[in-house]
Amino acid sequence: MSNENRHIAFICSKGNLDMAYPALVMGWAALGNGIDVTIFFTFWGMDMIRKSRVDHLEIAPVANTSMKMSMMGIDTGNLGIPNIMGVIPGMTAFATNLMNDKMKKLGVPPVREYLQMLSDAGAKMYACKMSVDMFDLKQSDFIDGVDSIVTAGDFMDMTDGAQIIFI
Amino acid sequence: MSNKVIAGVAVAVNTEGFMTNPAEWTREIAVEVAKEEGIGELTENHWKVIDFCRSSAENGKSPTLRTITNGTGLTTKDLFALFPKGPAKKVARIAGLGKPEGCV
Repeated sequence: MSNENRHIAFICSKGNLDMAYPALVMGWAALGNGIDVTIFFTFWGMDMIRKSRVDHLEIAPVANTSMKMSMMGIDTGNLGIPNIMGVIPGMTAFATNLMNDKMKKLGVPPVREYLQMLSDAGAKMYACKMSVDMFDLKQSDFIDGVDSIVTAGDFMDMTDGAQIIFI
Repeated sequence: MSNKVIAGVAVAVNTEGFMTNPAEWTREIAVEVAKEEGIGELTENHWKVIDFCRSSAENGKSPTLRTITNGTGLTTKDLFALFPKGPAKKVARIAGLGKPEGCV
């Protein structure tokens, strides 16, 4: 088969809810198609695998130029959610609920469950050593499925020949 | 679009080798295609997946992996063990269906 040894590696560097999904969706598709998957979590991306953070990822309307009022069910075309409104307490929680609801309706699992699926399907997952040191974390702070804490050099070794996607 | 003879039957397949007419599928075809995909013997659980896909296929497309695990009660690990290295495409091929259209 032509994709027998194809290998895709994702570097997840963001902890926002909307930025958590790309690697999950593409990684799952890759595994379903017989492609090996490695995911490296660095800096804010480690929020995706931290036990204390994974169920609380958020999306903030402030400075998000793509977030329009129409997403809140108000049909105003290209009118954005004004930044001044975005700073009102509760707006981030509101936007987060909106996105989580949408995902649920589409049958997309929450991040924790998605990571479990990827792990069960054979994806390898690693946390970045430098970020781990910076945030004073340890292996036990991470969800099951995270194989180990590795250096940037280790990551280079384990992704020899892989296609790398930075998110 | 072309024809391919599988298990002694001529069936319509697309350029990627997926069957385009689910009605042409037989259980003998499943056994034959499974062998091509490296699965020597179809066990009870294999058939559980195949039968579920056949019964829940929409427009001749195989359901997504998550739909299969939810629908059959098998785990993700089970599914990847039954159909190693790419269950999404393998299941679709063996069940005589098109590639799944959903992402999850």
